Amino acid sequence: MSASTFMGYKRADGRVGVRNHVLVLPSVMCANHVVDVIGRKVPDVVTVGHPTGCAQVGADFEQTKRTMAGFAANPNVGAVLVVGLGCETNESKALAQEIAARGQRVEVIGIQECGNTTETIAKGVAVAKDLLREAAAAERTECPVSALIVGTECGGSDGFSGITANPALGYASDRVVAEGGTVILAELPELVGAEHLLAARAKEPVAKKLYELIDRVEARARAMHVDIRFGNPTQGNMAGGLTTIEEKSLGAAYKGGSTELREVLEYADAPTSKGLVVMDTPGQDIEQLTGMVAGGAQVVVFTTGRGTPTGCPIAPVIKVATNTAMFERMRENMDVNAGAIVDGTRTLEQVGDEIFGWIVDAANGREPAAEVLGFRDFAINRIGPSF
Amino acid sequence: MPLSDDGAALRLKDEDDVAVALRALAAGESVRFGSESIVLRSEVPSGHKFATHPIALGTLIRKYGQVIGKASAPISTGEHVHVHNVEGTRGRGDLAEAAP
Repeated sequence: MSASTFMGYKRADGRVGVRNHVLVLPSVMCANHVVDVIGRKVPDVVTVGHPTGCAQVGADFEQTKRTMAGFAANPNVGAVLVVGLGCETNESKALAQEIAARGQRVEVIGIQECGNTTETIAKGVAVAKDLLREAAAAERTECPVSALIVGTECGGSDGFSGITANPALGYASDRVVAEGGTVILAELPELVGAEHLLAARAKEPVAKKLYELIDRVEARARAMHVDIRFGNPTQGNMAGGLTTIEEKSLGAAYKGGSTELREVLEYADAPTSKGLVVMDTPGQDIEQLTGMVAGGAQVVVFTTGRGTPTGCPIAPVIKVATNTAMFERMRENMDVNAGAIVDGTRTLEQVGDEIFGWIVDAANGREPAAEVLGFRDFAINRIGPSF
Repeated sequence: MPLSDDGAALRLKDEDDVAVALRALAAGESVRFGSESIVLRSEVPSGHKFATHPIALGTLIRKYGQVIGKASAPISTGEHVHVHNVEGTRGRGDLAEAAP
C-alpha cells in the first residue's frame, strides 16, 4: 500500500500545518476583552480567552506558559499576535520570545504600553491585518501522513464507547502509526485500571513512567480523601451505563489502538517519538484538547456517547458517535456514526477506515462539524493555586 | 465477542461476569447465549450491564476480561449491575487514612 499524503502547510522548522490561522492570544486574562474586540473587528483571525496568566508560581506557571507557547507555535498557526497588559506574571514579551524560539512568526503589544484600551485595539487591528496578509503567502503542498500528530479523546462516554467508537478509533490510530505518524492517547485518570495493558506494550523506562503518572492521579485522590467516582465517571457517563473509573478506562484505552507505547509526556509537551504516545492530561475535555494541540497535534478525533460538541480554535476535531440514537439526535454536531457497529450495518474496520479517511480529509482542509460550527474552546490545566 | 442469540446483548469476553444491553431490556425478558438463558430481574437501559451469573458481595467483577470493580451487594443472575451494587477499586482516595 502506498503511503497516504495530504496537502498541508510546510513550516520552516519542518513541521506541517493543516490550517493556516492567525491567532490572537492574551498573555493574561486582563487582555481578554481587547483580544475579543480585535477578533470582532478582524473576523479572519482566531482568538481565545482564558482565566490564567497572573499570580501563578512554580510548576503551575511553567505549565501555563508552556501551554500558551506550544498552542501558539502549533503548525496550524501561521502567525501570532500576543496581547499583554504590562504588569502580569506571564510577561507578554517573554511569552512572545518563547513562541518565536519555537519557530513561530509573532508580534506582541501591551495595553499599558499602548496607552489605553481603545488605542491597543486600534494597534492590534492593524497588526492582525498585517499578519493575515503575511500568512496568506503560505501554500499547501503534498505532505506525508507521517507528519501528522493525531490527538485522540473521548468525552461524554457511555456504555457503547468501549464497544464501538473507541475500538474503531483504535483501528484508525493503528493506521496512522503504520503510516509513520504519531497518535496521542491522553486523559490519564481515564487510564486508571487499564495502565497494565498499555505498560505491557511499552519498553522501559516508558512503562515505569506510565505507572508513575497513574500513581500521581491516585495520589491526588488520596490527598483529597475523595473517591474519583464522585466526578469521573460523570453523572452522564453513569446514566450511559459506566459504573467505575476502571470500566471507563478499559473502554477509553482502545482509542490508542494496539501498537507499542513509545513515550509518556507531560501536559502540553511535544512528542519526540513517532508512533503511540501518552500525554498526562486530565479527563476534563477542553483542558485535554488544549494540552494535546499545545503538544503539536494538528488533528483531533473525539468520540462521544452522550454528545459533546466541543471544538478547538486552531485544529479540526472530528466527532465520532458511539451510538446511532445520539448520532441522529445530534446530527449537526457529529461526523461519523460508530453506532452502526452494534446496529450490525457496518464493521468495526469499515468505521475505522472512515475515521482514518476523515483524518486525511481534515488534514486536506475538510471541516468537521465542530469547525463548521465555529467552536473556540480553550482551557489550560492548572496544577497549583493562584496567589 | 459473543452476541446473545437475538443480538440484544453482548458479553465481551467469555470470562466476564456481566453482559451489555445493546437496546433497552425490560424486566422479565430473557436473553439467551446458546444453551444459557438469563431472565432479567430488572429493567436494563441500553448500554448498561446485567449479571450473567450470581456474584457474591465483595467479589471482583470482570468486563472486557478485566476487573471493573467489586460487588458492594450480592448480585443475582439477570440483575442490573451498576453504581447501586458495584464500587470502584481504584482512585479510592476516600479510603485513604486521614493525615495525622
